[in-house]
Amino acid sequence: MATVHFTSHLQSFVNSAPVEVAATTVGAALNSALDGKEQLRSYVMDEHGRLRRHIMVFIDGKIIDDRVNLSDSLTDTSEVYVMQALSGG
Amino acid sequence: MADTIHVSTRKGLFTLKRSPVRRWEIADVAFLGSPLSMSLADPRDGSWYAALNLGHFGAHLHRSCDRGASWTEVAVPTFPDGATMPERMASEAETPKMKPAALSEIWALEPANTGDGTLWCGTIPGGLFRSDDAGESWRLVEGLWNREERMSWFGGGKDDPGIHSVEVDPNDPQHVLVAISCGGVWRTRDGGAKWECCSNGLRAEYMPPDQAYNPNMQDPHRMVACPSYFNFMWIQHHNGIFHSTDGSRNWEEITNVEPAVFGFTVAVHPHDPGTAWFVPGVKDEMRVPKDAKFIVTKTTDGGKTFRQISAGLPSEDAYDIVLRHALDVDSTGNLLAMGSTTGNFWVSEDSGESWQAVSTHLPPVYAVRFVEER
Repeated sequence: MATVHFTSHLQSFVNSAPVEVAATTVGAALNSALDGKEQLRSYVMDEHGRLRRHIMVFIDGKIIDDRVNLSDSLTDTSEVYVMQALSGG
Repeated sequence: MADTIHVSTRKGLFTLKRSPVRRWEIADVAFLGSPLSMSLADPRDGSWYAALNLGHFGAHLHRSCDRGASWTEVAVPTFPDGATMPERMASEAETPKMKPAALSEIWALEPANTGDGTLWCGTIPGGLFRSDDAGESWRLVEGLWNREERMSWFGGGKDDPGIHSVEVDPNDPQHVLVAISCGGVWRTRDGGAKWECCSNGLRAEYMPPDQAYNPNMQDPHRMVACPSYFNFMWIQHHNGIFHSTDGSRNWEEITNVEPAVFGFTVAVHPHDPGTAWFVPGVKDEMRVPKDAKFIVTKTTDGGKTFRQISAGLPSEDAYDIVLRHALDVDSTGNLLAMGSTTGNFWVSEDSGESWQAVSTHLPPVYAVRFVEER
């Protein structure tokens, strides 16, 4: 099972505990992790299911290549991190 | 007079209250650290709304039913599948390249006055939305969204066009006007099914000469209508000050205003339609007070003359700008409040004739609204 972790910053807005998922792509992993959690989903994706512009996703320490179709592949033990890009002051 | 003010800032929602000795002070801070784009204290049922623009995590809306003691996240307006908008302003010769429309920011929130919990919401990009259940669900007002002219709207200071002013006729809630940066003024008489552009007389000096009066390309920074005389309206436009006395059919440009006609905000007296307040700045590349002296301009004769008011305001080294939603007047017309981009906040209790600084250390202020009970 892969594990999806969300940035700790999200926890102050909405429950975002890590989730174990069975998935072979990062898109499937996110969909599974966000299934039934529409409020959490709205913080990560817009209303059309697109990753928000300043959200960054890592698989096993490497940033994903395909932000549009989220096709990057996972292994059984992948650690997926949903993080925020830093900006502003 | 009102005794509570909501101040939406870059770092949270501040609630200011007037103590028994008539001193205004910060009573509460909610959502500390988060940017707030708008608030609304609904006088009909006492609900408070706070619109957050979290940047990384999108726009979100919270409602409080206990005057800020606790907040619950409710729905935000979202654009339906297939809703698209031009990537850039369309020209006549080409079909614009389209992109999906997705909520960027809640920029206007007003009671719709057709029953408790009915709300209008204006957004960036330029969508108008309607809720009939206190923000639990929203629907896009397609009568406006589907207007062909929308293809020519464009962003003014923001990447995309936005609806920032929604004025509801107190005597006829089906009669609603919205103002768009940049897309002019639009009016419905039937609650949102049909819309007409009402920008006649607005002038955009920033456009090529043959487009200066194009009603669909105007940049009204803020539009307000007098609640007691709804046909009397004011606009602080990118290009100057405009006044309508016929319900937005025609707008008259007012040019005899010192020290400047440029600004972002305007407030109108709730019972005296000829009285309005503005906060001028040097246009257009500068956007600071003229000679670094921060003042308010006030007319009491429908724009024939303006007075410059400086009592209680910084007279030198001031670089404050008051953004479009950051000036408000209460229902008596005597109490005004404003906050600036540099975190100064002032209150006037004599109809804007003199001001007192309440704080000089707030985060940048985006919106100021009085909290009033019905």
